[in-house]
Amino acid sequence: MVTFAVRRLLGLIAVMLVLSVLVFLIFFETPGVDPARLMAGRNPNQATINAIRHEFGLDRPLPVRYALMMKRMFITRDLISYGSHTRVIPEITSATPVTLSLVVGAAVIWVIFSILTGVAATVLRGTVFDPILMILALIGISMPVFWLGEIVNLFTQSRWHGFFLFSWVPPLGYTPITQNPLKWFEGLVFPWLTLSVLYVGFYARVLRANLIETENEDYIRTARSKGISERRVLLRHNLRTSMITFVSLFGLDFGILVGGGALLTEVVFGLPGVGLLTYNSLTSLDLPVIMTTVIYGAFFITLASALVDLLYAWLDPRVRPT
Amino acid sequence: MAVFEPEAEGLVLDAEETGGDVVGRSPWSLAGRRLLRNKLALAAFALFVLIVAVSLAAPLYAHRVAHTDPYASNLSGTFQLNGKTVQVIQQGAGKLGLGETPVGPTWHAKYFIGADSQGRDVMARVLYGGRASLFIGVGSALLACLVALVLALVAGYFGGITDLVLSRLMDLIWAFPLYLLAISLATVLLARPTTKPLKIWFITLQAASLWIPLLIIGIVYIPYVFRPIRGQVLSLREKEFVEAAVAQGAGSLRVVFLEVLPNVLSTVIVLLPLMIATTILTESALSYLSIGVQPPKASWGTIVEDGQTLLYTRPWVAIAPGIMIVLTVLALNVFGDGLRDALDPRSKVRMK
Repeated sequence: MVTFAVRRLLGLIAVMLVLSVLVFLIFFETPGVDPARLMAGRNPNQATINAIRHEFGLDRPLPVRYALMMKRMFITRDLISYGSHTRVIPEITSATPVTLSLVVGAAVIWVIFSILTGVAATVLRGTVFDPILMILALIGISMPVFWLGEIVNLFTQSRWHGFFLFSWVPPLGYTPITQNPLKWFEGLVFPWLTLSVLYVGFYARVLRANLIETENEDYIRTARSKGISERRVLLRHNLRTSMITFVSLFGLDFGILVGGGALLTEVVFGLPGVGLLTYNSLTSLDLPVIMTTVIYGAFFITLASALVDLLYAWLDPRVRPT
Repeated sequence: MAVFEPEAEGLVLDAEETGGDVVGRSPWSLAGRRLLRNKLALAAFALFVLIVAVSLAAPLYAHRVAHTDPYASNLSGTFQLNGKTVQVIQQGAGKLGLGETPVGPTWHAKYFIGADSQGRDVMARVLYGGRASLFIGVGSALLACLVALVLALVAGYFGGITDLVLSRLMDLIWAFPLYLLAISLATVLLARPTTKPLKIWFITLQAASLWIPLLIIGIVYIPYVFRPIRGQVLSLREKEFVEAAVAQGAGSLRVVFLEVLPNVLSTVIVLLPLMIATTILTESALSYLSIGVQPPKASWGTIVEDGQTLLYTRPWVAIAPGIMIVLTVLALNVFGDGLRDALDPRSKVRMK
C-alpha cells in the first residue's frame, strides 16, 4: 500500500508539472498569437503591451519565462488582474467557499436521488415505471444546465414568484453562511437542484446497469439460495458491490465540479464563485485570472483523482498493483 | 478479408432471437435487424434527421416565409400584423413606460416567436443557429473519432515506443479537465484583434470561423475515443485471424486496415451518435460563455445567452434554442443507446 501510495503521488507531481507546462504553452506560445497583446485586454496601448512584455520576461528564453510565471503563480503569488487591478490569488481564495457551498449541496442531492432512482428502476423492472424513469434520466442528461437554470429562474423569480410556493425564493446572488444561514440555504436551493439534475440522471443509469449486471453473479444466487429476503439481497449484497463504480465516479465528478465544472451554474444563478470569476474574466479577457483559475482548477482535479485512487486501493486490495 | 467469429467474439443473442435467426447472417445484417425492431431508437433517429433537415432549410424559411435577414439588426423597423403596423422594438412597453422591449411571439410567419434585443427574427435565428450547432457538433465528433481511430490503430498495432508516446500524449489531454482546456484554447484563439485572420502553421482561419470551435472541441475529445479503441486493438492483435493473416504474408498496412479496422469499426459507430450529443452540449456551453461561435454567426448556445437579458419579458428567445438542444441531444442519446444494443450488446460504452 505504501509503495502504491508513493508511486501514485510521484505520478501526481509529474502530471501537475506537465499540466502547468501545457497551460503555459497554450497561453504564451500558441503560434500566431502575441501573449503581451492578449494580456493587455481589449484595445490596449503600446506602452501597456511593452510593460507587460517586460514584466513577464517575454523577451527572455522560454525556460526562464516558464519559471518566472510559475514563481509568480505559486511562490510570490502577486499576479495582478488587468481588469480590477487586484491580486488574483486572494480573489480566488475568497470565491472558493461559494463554489464549495454549491457543489457540496448538489452532491448530497444527487447521491440520494440517484440511488433512489437507480434502485427503484431495478426493482420495477418489467413494469412501465422502469422505462419511464430511464427516459426521465436521459432527459436530465440531455439538458444544458445553463438553459435549465434560466427556465428555473424564469419561474421562481418571475412567473410563479407571487405564488406562495416560490415567494420565499430570494433574488439571484449569494449570502455567506456565516452571515445568515437561512438566507444562504434559501438562495442555494434552486442552484443545487439545477446542478444535480444531470448527475441524478447519469448516476441512476450507471447504478441501474451495475445492479442488473451484479444480479447474475454467483454470490447473489448463493445469497438467495440461503433464503435471505429479496430486499436484503438487493440492499446488502447487490447494492454494496454496485456502489464501487458509483463511488469512484463520484470522487472524480466532485473534483471536476469544484475545479471549475460548476462554472455554468454559477453564471446563470449569479453565484460569485470561482466559475463566475473565470466567466467575468472571459468577457473582459483578463488573461492572468483565466490562467490562474485554469491551473488551480486543474491541480485540484488531479489531486482529487489521486485521492480517489488511493481511497479505492485502500478499500479494495485487488486494484493495488504489486 | 476479416472473418467474424461468433464464438471467439462471444456473440450474444438478443432476447427475441433464436439460433436459427442468426445462422448465415453477417454481424452487420444482424445489427440492422435488431435496430429495425427498436422502434424507439428509429423514432429518435427520425427526429434527428428532421432537426437536421429543418436547420438546412433555414435560408428557405428566412427568405420565403419570414422575409428577414437573421443577422441584420432591425431596431427601428415595423411590420404588418393582422392589418396593423407594429414596431419591432417597442418603446416604453416596460414598467413606468420606460425601456425598450422587442416584439413578443406573433405566432405568424413574421416574428413567429418574437424578436431579440436587436430586432432580429428569433425563429429564423434558431434555425440558422441549428446549422452552426449541428455543423460544429457533427464535425468535431467526426474529427475526434477519425483522429482517435487512426492514432489508436497505429498505437495499438505497432506498440512499443509509438504506443508509449501516443498514449502518454493522450493521458496528458485526458488529465486536463475538459472545460478548462476548451476555455484556455478558446480564449487564446478567439481573443485576438478580430480584423486579421489567424494563421497556425499552414492553416488560415477567419476570426468568426466556425472551424475554430469545431477544432477546439474535436481536439479535446480525442482521448475519450482513443482509450477504448486502443484497448480493443491491443487485444485484437493477439487474435488468431491476425496471426493467420501475418502468416499468409500480409503487410502491416494490410493487416491493420483489412483485419483489425473492421473489428473496431462497430465501437466507433456506437460511439459516434453519443459523441455528437456530447459535442453539441459542449458547443452550446462554450457559445453560452461567449467563447464558442462568434458574432455575427450564432448557434443555439449564443441565442440562449442573448435571451438571458430578456428572460423575464420575452422568455421565448432563451426557451426556443434550448428546446432544440434538448431534442437533438435526447434523440442522439436514445438512438445511440439503441445502436449500442444492436451492434454491441455487451459493450460498456457509456457517455455522459
